[in-house]
Amino acid sequence: MLDFPGAKAAFTSRMEFISPNAAEAVPCFRILDDLGRALDGSDIPEVDSSLAVKMYHTMVRLQTFDSIFYEAQRQGRISFYLTNIGEEALNVASAAALTKDDVVFPQYREHGVLMWRGFTLDEFANQCFSNEAGHGKGRQMPIHYGSEKLNYFTISSPIATQLPHAVGAAYGLKMDRKNACAVTYFGDGGSSEGDFHAACNFAAVLEAPVLFVCRNNGYAISTPACEQYKGDGIVVRGRGYGMTSIRVDGNDALAVFKAVSAARKLAVEQSKPVLIEAMTYRVGHHSTSDDSTKYRSGEEIAHWRSVRDPVLRFRRWLESNAWWSVEDEKELRGAARKEVISAMNQAEKKNKPPLSELFTDVYDTLPRNLLEQEATLRDTVSKNPPSLAPH
Amino acid sequence: RAYVFGEDVKFGGVFRCTSGLADAFGTHRVFNTPLCEQGLVGFGIGLAAMGNRAIAEIQFGDYIFPAFDQATAKFRYRSGNAFNCGGLTVRSPYGAVGHGGHYHSQSPEAFFCHVPGLKVVIPRNPSQAKGLLLASIRDPNPVIFFEPKWLYRLSVDEVPEGDYMLPLSKAEVIREGTDITLVAWGAQLAVMQQACAEAEKEGISCELIDLRTLIPWDKELVEASVNKTGKLIVSHEAPVTGGFGAEIAATIAERCFLRLEAPIARVCGLDTPFPLVFEPFYMPTANKVSMA
Repeated sequence: MLDFPGAKAAFTSRMEFISPNAAEAVPCFRILDDLGRALDGSDIPEVDSSLAVKMYHTMVRLQTFDSIFYEAQRQGRISFYLTNIGEEALNVASAAALTKDDVVFPQYREHGVLMWRGFTLDEFANQCFSNEAGHGKGRQMPIHYGSEKLNYFTISSPIATQLPHAVGAAYGLKMDRKNACAVTYFGDGGSSEGDFHAACNFAAVLEAPVLFVCRNNGYAISTPACEQYKGDGIVVRGRGYGMTSIRVDGNDALAVFKAVSAARKLAVEQSKPVLIEAMTYRVGHHSTSDDSTKYRSGEEIAHWRSVRDPVLRFRRWLESNAWWSVEDEKELRGAARKEVISAMNQAEKKNKPPLSELFTDVYDTLPRNLLEQEATLRDTVSKNPPSLAPH
Repeated sequence: RAYVFGEDVKFGGVFRCTSGLADAFGTHRVFNTPLCEQGLVGFGIGLAAMGNRAIAEIQFGDYIFPAFDQATAKFRYRSGNAFNCGGLTVRSPYGAVGHGGHYHSQSPEAFFCHVPGLKVVIPRNPSQAKGLLLASIRDPNPVIFFEPKWLYRLSVDEVPEGDYMLPLSKAEVIREGTDITLVAWGAQLAVMQQACAEAEKEGISCELIDLRTLIPWDKELVEASVNKTGKLIVSHEAPVTGGFGAEIAATIAERCFLRLEAPIARVCGLDTPFPLVFEPFYMPTANKVSMA
């Protein structure tokens, strides 16, 4: 054995380069087939009817919200929107495997996690309409949700900056001896950022109980995965950092639930990070500012939207257990639609936040420069036509 | 619930700033991080967001740039005050040291002074450093604390042993005068003191102000001084163009226009990367200040 400080390894007389990719890609864990039937030899996790139905309800509510609010942006009622279509099972099943004390550091396509935790349709709608009741006091674009109560850190647009935050938070949880971990989500694109590398390395070295959940949905806006990385996705990097990792079928709610549950247990009990690469597909456009038909075929999108719909797949499993029926479906879809539209209409009517909120929270209290600027601005506004006044 | 971390912090740090801390508080509280500035500041934000005091060290101010994205301080604002990382303090040595060249001499303070939500604090000597650092750590906002590395070995001071804090966003008049106001911070004050002493020989009475906190800065104190003297020189090592002196000059020009008897002067570093062999020519020396 050679005992360099950098590695303790046996020596070899054969010069053998390690090939860039293993003979086979890391296998992808799944429990249900594409039609929602349990595969032979599967070990179904403990998901009883009430949990399963609650998960399904959340997925449907999320789908409904996405569909209606996307249209609302198209109609000019909100300025921007971003959907979770195709990733509902990943969102909800991963969230269901966590406890409310686990702290979530999202990217921005994890509204289902927040919905599972209890963020109400009103709260979602208020933020999207930037009204005075909305999270963040109207300062950020729509969908930049957050909730202190639900341990869901506020979304920010820059990619992957939340990853090192999650590691620091996890370290704090460990030091405080909490029965909780940090969980952070990011996409295939996010895994290219320096912050991903920084966070993974720190988490492993400092032994932080954090779950890195990569939603590998195949696209970073228009950039397909084959232009994002040349290795076998993100899961193989785990070993590079000395971190436990797994690849899972992100469209299989049961597999996601089981993998995240197990990962959480490992993280909390051993104070170690875990990397979960959940394979999925971004059915919707990147956001309302994108038209993905410009870079992928309509057939591809339609295929994943229909045949590979993770919500339908989970529904089939529920139906096979006699936990769900066609009547239930009709009732739920109708109710969800009504609730979402009502939340939207309520949110649209509410006032925007007062002008004072432009200046608060930059610091804990207003420094003199901001007091002066606020006074000047109010003076300007009072002397100018109403069109310049805040709503 | 305070943590001190950064590159080489455990054994005491390359400037011995953290000597003995790991022994006293344990290596779970005082620890090395891997070599990654964006990681260590991001990690600090996460720790602080959970209510801890995270005291991060960036080994040289010259290396702080990878962490700039993490340091842009919108955490409280964007969450509508649901979250904040006020418990974060980033310490970093800055400034010329005689032989540092491009990457061990920079003064990056101006970049951070442009970030709403951050505080930037720079002490001029050890007793100031202790009081300002404790205030910075306890301040409920993220603070970047630049330590003049030139003074690590040079500066000798009587430092009170107990716990004390000095106020942030309050400048200090360290030499009273009537003919001209000079504003600077950190190591540059020693240069300014020299220039003031020279000027006094020629009958010029100088009022020297240590800004101490660069943002939010004490405009009122500087304004009051310039209203008394009618003249202002601002001096810093960082390059003159876009340096923080520009902000001070513009603000004082606005507030004291009718009182000013001469244009505001800035005696600063040149608009070049920090040179090694040319350092004596680059620096805003006492001669240059005197001539101004």
